Amino acid sequence: MTTAEKVQKRKPRDEKPFAHPYLAGTMLGLVLFASFFITGTGLGASGGLNRILVFFQDLVAPDHVNNTPYLLSLAGGDLNPLKSWIVYLTVGVVLGGFVSGWINGRIKAETNKGPQITVQQRWLFAFIGGAFMGYGARLARGCTSGQALSGGAVLSVGSWAFMFAVFAGAYALAYFVRKLWN
Amino acid sequence: MAPFPLNVFELFGEFGGYLVFLAIGFFFGYALEIGGFGKSDKLAAQFYFKDLTVLKVMFTGIIVAMLGVFLTSALGLLDYNLVWVNPTYLWPGIIGGLIMGVGFIVGGFCPGTSLVAMATGKIDGIFFVLGVLFGIFTFGETVEYFWDFFYSSYMGRFTLMDWLGIPTGYVVLIVVLMALFMFWGGEQLEKIFGGKDLNKEPKLRYAWAGGLIVIALAALLIGQPTIAEKWDSLAAEKEPLLEDSRAYQIHPGELLSVIHNDDIKLFMIDLRTESDYNLFHIEDAEHYTLEQLEADAATLRLEPSNAVFVVMSNNEELSTEAWKMLTAENLHNVYILEGGINYWLDVFASESSHNAKLVIRPGEEMTHTFNAALGAKHPAASPDPHLIEELEFEAKVKLELKKGPSGGGCG
Repeated sequence: MTTAEKVQKRKPRDEKPFAHPYLAGTMLGLVLFASFFITGTGLGASGGLNRILVFFQDLVAPDHVNNTPYLLSLAGGDLNPLKSWIVYLTVGVVLGGFVSGWINGRIKAETNKGPQITVQQRWLFAFIGGAFMGYGARLARGCTSGQALSGGAVLSVGSWAFMFAVFAGAYALAYFVRKLWN
Repeated sequence: MAPFPLNVFELFGEFGGYLVFLAIGFFFGYALEIGGFGKSDKLAAQFYFKDLTVLKVMFTGIIVAMLGVFLTSALGLLDYNLVWVNPTYLWPGIIGGLIMGVGFIVGGFCPGTSLVAMATGKIDGIFFVLGVLFGIFTFGETVEYFWDFFYSSYMGRFTLMDWLGIPTGYVVLIVVLMALFMFWGGEQLEKIFGGKDLNKEPKLRYAWAGGLIVIALAALLIGQPTIAEKWDSLAAEKEPLLEDSRAYQIHPGELLSVIHNDDIKLFMIDLRTESDYNLFHIEDAEHYTLEQLEADAATLRLEPSNAVFVVMSNNEELSTEAWKMLTAENLHNVYILEGGINYWLDVFASESSHNAKLVIRPGEEMTHTFNAALGAKHPAASPDPHLIEELEFEAKVKLELKKGPSGGGCG
């Protein structure tokens, strides 16, 4: 994040507190509603990451992509996995997060962690957790955004079951990994 | 009524369409960031009851969007049928959700929030994004070993209304009340575990909660449009085509040609009584009652755009009713078997009658008699495809592209 640091040096801003959860949630809901109202579909994040990843897999090993049914449906033959709205939405999320962080003076190269672990341990666990997330998100056909938030708002049974499963999984393990965060 | 959903690619071109999605993503990322979702320690505090921001922001987002969708649907501005509702694959969703729960508490983010964390310089966010990519990569390489499980417990478009069997307005109200109750409970937990002083919370939140209930009640009182109302809004356009030009009634010969057309995924829907169906039906036709068909319409809508639905009864009364219902429910490529099974049998039951004249009979009596329940074993259940060339008919089946979105945020 060198660009971010430059921005910080040029124009130091005071770090502003986060918005009240109900306000942030209302804004999130309005964005989600706008997405449904304009395009008929909700939000997502893991789908975009998936397609960006498959794009690179297709560059490196096109034969492998063409021989793996799951990848084939995204990037087989002449299909360009980047030609999908979800990829642009994902890029938008990064831009929106950056601009908000910038305006509110919250862009800072740092590692957030519990006090009992080192920074390197935190990085390792972030990677491991991310791997679980990525795997689970593809198995569940969507992440917290695409399934829980979007499917939840339009009252899909599968999305609600999924949402409770995510919370159940996290709460069930929270006690055993409390050293990571407390 | 404005067209819904907007085809942003048709309106603004490919580049402009992608720009719309870029803008939606932008505000999504913005909302996540101002909520504090870029900080892993804040997210993880959810699971130690110290800071329930995750619960509050997420469920607020869900209920606000839900109220928007169902209020505009009640007002006829949006068609819920055309909204992408994630199809339910129950067990893959639950197991995937549990795995993600593990990832959440170990890694401290979910995919969307980790992108925001990365964008605001959080190094743990960058490692998490790399982990997500690794997890997705591993999934793509291993899914073939449990392909059957990945596609198991498919329930189609299955909503809470279908599951609970109560009207939409009540479900919406119950979800709002449940969320508000969880917010209240969450605040109590924050007081106990996080030592938060609730007196410092803005009083405005009570008015906000009241406002959400009022919107839910408004959606409930207005009510969601019924199938009859939806048909009424289409009738001016469709009725002349249906009744005067008979654009949707296909000749038995055309149905036979569609049966043998491998480019078309055909669904033959037989609405007659079960005993008539057992006496005789066209091979591969499925027996349905109108109620079953209505319940399944939402799932049939998920079929690819080369799907053709042909409804049939003994004559044309029941099938026309079913056609109107499916059309009102936004199914495309729905056709009626002209003259019904009676005419089909007129044409195919004997060698000499192939060019039998169409007689549209009133009522729903079967005019042909059978000595035994032959079902699809009767020769007329699967006529010789060579007959297609001998028969004279006007081809009416045209594949119409689907309007609604074909996939959610997970494709």
